[in-house]
Amino acid sequence: MTARVGVVTFPGSLDDGDAARAVRIAGAEPVRLWHGEAELHGVDAVVLPGGFSYGDYLRCGAIARFAPVMEKIIDAAGAGLPVLGICNGFQILCEAHLLPGALTRNQHLHFRNRDQILRIESTGTAWTNTFQPGQEVLIPVKNGEGCYVADPATLDQLEAEGRVVARYVGGNPNGSQRDIAAITNQAGNVVGIMPHPEHAVEALTGPSLDGLGFFTSVLKHLVGAPA
Amino acid sequence: MPRVVVDVMLKPEILDPQGQAVANALPRLGVNDVASVRIGRRIEIDFTGEPDLDRAREIADKLLANPVIEDFTVRLVEADESAEARS
Repeated sequence: MTARVGVVTFPGSLDDGDAARAVRIAGAEPVRLWHGEAELHGVDAVVLPGGFSYGDYLRCGAIARFAPVMEKIIDAAGAGLPVLGICNGFQILCEAHLLPGALTRNQHLHFRNRDQILRIESTGTAWTNTFQPGQEVLIPVKNGEGCYVADPATLDQLEAEGRVVARYVGGNPNGSQRDIAAITNQAGNVVGIMPHPEHAVEALTGPSLDGLGFFTSVLKHLVGAPA
Repeated sequence: MPRVVVDVMLKPEILDPQGQAVANALPRLGVNDVASVRIGRRIEIDFTGEPDLDRAREIADKLLANPVIEDFTVRLVEADESAEARS
């Protein structure tokens, strides 16, 4: 049975097409989900793509969090549905309180757009179980508000529980605390990542094929293979 | 009818790079006695009936501010006062 992975389109989403393509290249069936429809169509996992949902009005992700489809995703994530939030999707997951902390304006105020090395710190999540602990991967980063912040107690808890999923290596592109590029929830099914694995799945368009691992991980997770 | 004004500010411990950029520009205006600038957001809310401060606080807490990084205050102003403030 082919896994069905939902990709949500919000008004202002940009990377929903690339995310759906990455899902297909990884061997799953992408299912396009619409923000205004409170319906998940029985998908096995969900990707919240990058972009500027609702024009980033108020705060990035603040309004998308209240979209009808998000109510279903928040409930399903609580029941174990794998959810990957990329860039704006990460911001939405924080605004929805599925992940702790917040993403703020890059400290240097510049939009940062480059290929970025990340170190995978946690391979125990639904989205990173095909990587080796400590593996370095090359994935594009492109954000203006990617500076991850949380209070020190929350950061310590994330570290202690192994919930820092990836860190920036070779230069922190946005000032994120403790070089954090990706985190997960306690159960490991919800992951938020600021760089864009869906842009690193084909030699023609990406700097590497390293991003594919996130999408093949969820397939491995869904068939119940040990992480 | 009084209007509800919500002021949202980054918490003091959160770096405000926008405010810093403005502060760094001030010397170019010849202003050298400003220690810091913080930038926030003012939201004006008009209820259809009597202003409901409790409801406004709920709106601020759930949507207008992100309590992880921001504080907010809620207050009533006369509608003409807020017009004056803009002039």
